[in-house]
Amino acid sequence: MTSLALTRDRIARVRPGPALAALLIAAFLLLFLVVPVVQVIFVAFQDKTTGAFTLVNFADFFRNDLFMRSFGNSVYVSAMSVVVASLLALPLAYLTTRFEFRGAVLIQSLGIIPLIMPPFIGAVAMQLLFGRNGSVNLLLRDHFGFSIPFMEGLNGVIFVQSIHYFPFILINLSASLKNIDRAMEESAQNLGCHGFRLFRRIVFPLAMPGYVAGASLVFIKVFDDLGTPLLLNVNDMLAPQAYLRISSIGIADPMGYVISVVLIACSLLALWVSALAMRGKDYATVQRGGGGLARRRMKPLELVAAYAVVLLILVLVLAPHIGLGLLSFATIWSFSPLPDAFTLKHYHTVFTESGQYITNTLLYASLAALLDVVIGTAIAYLVLRTKLPGRQWLDYVAMAALAVPGVVLGIGYLRSFYGVPMPFSGQPLSNFWLILVFALAIRRLPYALRACTAALQQVSSSLEEAAENLGATKLRTVGRIVVPLMSGGILAGFVTSFATAAVELSATIMLVHSQSDAPLAYGLYVYMQSAAGRGPGAALGIFAVIIVGLGTYLSHVVIERGRRERGQDH
Amino acid sequence: MLRTTRTLRNAAAALAVLLLSGATAFAQDASGKLVIVTSFPKDLTTAFQQAFQKAHPQVTVEILNRNTNAGVKYLQETASNNGVDLFWASAPDAFEVLKSAKLLQPYKPKVEGIPEKVGAYPVNDPEGMYSGFAASGYGIMWNTRYMKANDLPAPKEWADLTKPAYYDHVAISAPSRSGTTHLTIETILQGEGWEKGWRTNKEMAGNYRTITERSFGVPDGVNSGAFGVGIVIDFFALSSQASGFPVEFVYPTVTTIVPANIGVVKNAPNKAAAETFVDFLLSPKGQEVLLEPAIRRLPVNPATYEKAPAGYPNPFKDKSLGAQVNFDVEVSQARYNVVDALFDQLITFQLDDLKAATKAIQQGEAALAKKPNDKAKALLAEARDLVAAMPVTAEQAADPQLAGAFTVERKSAKDAVPERQAQVEQKWAAFAKENYAAARKKADEAMALVR
Repeated sequence: MTSLALTRDRIARVRPGPALAALLIAAFLLLFLVVPVVQVIFVAFQDKTTGAFTLVNFADFFRNDLFMRSFGNSVYVSAMSVVVASLLALPLAYLTTRFEFRGAVLIQSLGIIPLIMPPFIGAVAMQLLFGRNGSVNLLLRDHFGFSIPFMEGLNGVIFVQSIHYFPFILINLSASLKNIDRAMEESAQNLGCHGFRLFRRIVFPLAMPGYVAGASLVFIKVFDDLGTPLLLNVNDMLAPQAYLRISSIGIADPMGYVISVVLIACSLLALWVSALAMRGKDYATVQRGGGGLARRRMKPLELVAAYAVVLLILVLVLAPHIGLGLLSFATIWSFSPLPDAFTLKHYHTVFTESGQYITNTLLYASLAALLDVVIGTAIAYLVLRTKLPGRQWLDYVAMAALAVPGVVLGIGYLRSFYGVPMPFSGQPLSNFWLILVFALAIRRLPYALRACTAALQQVSSSLEEAAENLGATKLRTVGRIVVPLMSGGILAGFVTSFATAAVELSATIMLVHSQSDAPLAYGLYVYMQSAAGRGPGAALGIFAVIIVGLGTYLSHVVIERGRRERGQDH
Repeated sequence: MLRTTRTLRNAAAALAVLLLSGATAFAQDASGKLVIVTSFPKDLTTAFQQAFQKAHPQVTVEILNRNTNAGVKYLQETASNNGVDLFWASAPDAFEVLKSAKLLQPYKPKVEGIPEKVGAYPVNDPEGMYSGFAASGYGIMWNTRYMKANDLPAPKEWADLTKPAYYDHVAISAPSRSGTTHLTIETILQGEGWEKGWRTNKEMAGNYRTITERSFGVPDGVNSGAFGVGIVIDFFALSSQASGFPVEFVYPTVTTIVPANIGVVKNAPNKAAAETFVDFLLSPKGQEVLLEPAIRRLPVNPATYEKAPAGYPNPFKDKSLGAQVNFDVEVSQARYNVVDALFDQLITFQLDDLKAATKAIQQGEAALAKKPNDKAKALLAEARDLVAAMPVTAEQAADPQLAGAFTVERKSAKDAVPERQAQVEQKWAAFAKENYAAARKKADEAMALVR
């Protein structure tokens, strides 16, 4: 009797608006993530000869030395990448948000560029600079007689991955740091807390939601990423094993999907652990007048040291792009510290051949990122602010997308939507370019979702209560109070989703069905398959970087102006 | 919130417009469009696309670039509502897969003067499901700057690559990832026999710097100097050379000249245009495109070689090229997956252990040469045998029972259930690991004797 009353009570508290939103999102996730993926991975639970349900494939996984070794390597590489990425991100985030720092916006924007490491060329550029016979090692060997194995085996993967993904920590941590109430810091200072102690005891703990959001993304992303290890020819890691199984042995081989299931399970586990670490802590701050930490002026000596640190990190993290830039102007670059000569002809080739790729990419990536922040904000709100039963599952399912290999999603889409004819033309639905947008949106949703969740965690619900007490409806409260206060986080989510969607390849390559609908990543892939295409490929990669970098910079400017107009930054 | 609804409404309107315009776009280019799925690089496809459209302006060519495996998968997944006219790729095996899945339709090209065979390999599929349009051979490519800096001699034969001088300087792509490499491995196995062939393969593998995931990863690495020597298909090397990279290339005696192919897809929406394209490829005009510096493939029309630059390899004149091995497609087909899996489990995924054993043996042999010792010599020979040992014989590799572990066809309840692939692979991997460790131990013992 009591339980019935409780249920009725729970149902009574469910409002129709959020419930409808939750249903819509659930339907979207079901249609574009769960169904296609299940269409593919059920093979993992199937006996190959009889088709009956079985777990024997999982037993095979755990009995296999290679898979166990891969598992260990993946965990090691992911953990080390988080450590190295944190070392890169912390100084940048702290110095640019905490101090009067000339060019802070520029540094923040440059710091995001590593995320846009176009497929293939990023690794080529890194090999040319840091490889065994790369520029750095050739010079070292010529002048000092030794070389540094930056790129050997797992080292190389950790090196490239932490450079590639550290912006996740940078973006989320900076957003968090900016949102910390100045009053907190001032109170601590009044109580006699200064310097590193202030950072360790007050500032960093208050920025935890952002850091944990970023770090968990880095861990999962490195754990699931297959592009980098494959390009460095490190194949004894889990994600490359899954990819190699699926793409070379065949779509019906169970082991590839067993590994995919393990990947998905591990990613969810990592999320759960990070959620556990955050549980029972309240990071929300009420006061919004102060808006962010007080920015301190540095002493001249400190300033020099700070600039030196920032410069060093920037040079390191932008190395792939510096290499890429050189490559795009190079005639021939082979076994020498620098290219033999420079030319502009690769840019000419790209201009004349590949304009379509660029416009397509802009359209697809911005639509996908828009979809991501809308859904991300909605899920974050539903999870943190409503009592809808099962709301956590929206979060989990959306995050699981992180662990679904792009190939699996691509094949799943072909299976689910190829048989469905489109209205008017009768073409298969999977050929429609919007399907590609959905695939990109699903694949990049986790980034936006984490950023939005972190942003909402820092908004105190008492502000909403205040608005509602003053007579605002729920919708109005969300639209006028919550979303504007989350704007930094939403922007961070949009930028990460956009930037990474712009260079996504693994699902794209399965779904592109005509050249006129193809995005830039596909163009890059095509160029990078031939010796003569390396220069134009690099040039196209530079275009990708510039477009996304510019987009990022502009959105920062817009957000900063918005802040100033609202009088939050004086 | 008002703002949000308005944006939403705008977005919905924009979406509707996009939907409609997308639909009309599809309706318009339905006629005269030729869709080709290919694994060939842009340099090749664009050149042919332009030449073809010049000759046939009424046809619009749409190129879909995918690697061979993904291309095959795409055709399989989309067969129910096929929109592709032609499949155009190197590896004959991929065409065999499509043929056995009944995804191709026969077409006999109208062009005259194409010989039956190139080297020892038939140019066309006997059932006419696909036709060869260019020939390619496998060989060794190297970076001259790298070789000079490391003081390495230019290799000539596969056996050269087993020499200690090349330790850690050679690269190959995995045969399970690259149809072309698979053919190279299979060629060595057929040319030298199963046991001896694997011995050569593993001795070369002991010198590998890396095993790449894409075929193009090898020429790419040689071009940039990441490693010195690569095992590649000829046009990768020839086109790199033509692009200005400091690289050289040689055909070893044991090589196969294999045709690259094109086939009309079953239920092709534009069959007439597809057939026109095949004929164009084989016509003198089409064949000449192959000679372009960025493409550099061997024409199947012997007449075209008259227009080729000096020194261009000609398999129809140079009888030594590819004639030594009589490549047996059926033998290759029967053990295709087994060879891939063996290579992966014994070499690709055990490369570190294999290299450690190889290094120990090479060092032992170098020391032995200076200080002869019969016992050490015997130990090193045993170590070499351990490295070369195979978990399966040629007969077992061709056994359908074993191959069954690698295929997915549902067997009837009466058939014996084959072992699961993962089980077989674990067995092979354990076998290799144990042998490599034992070989290393023996080599170390020998080293202790001659030090």
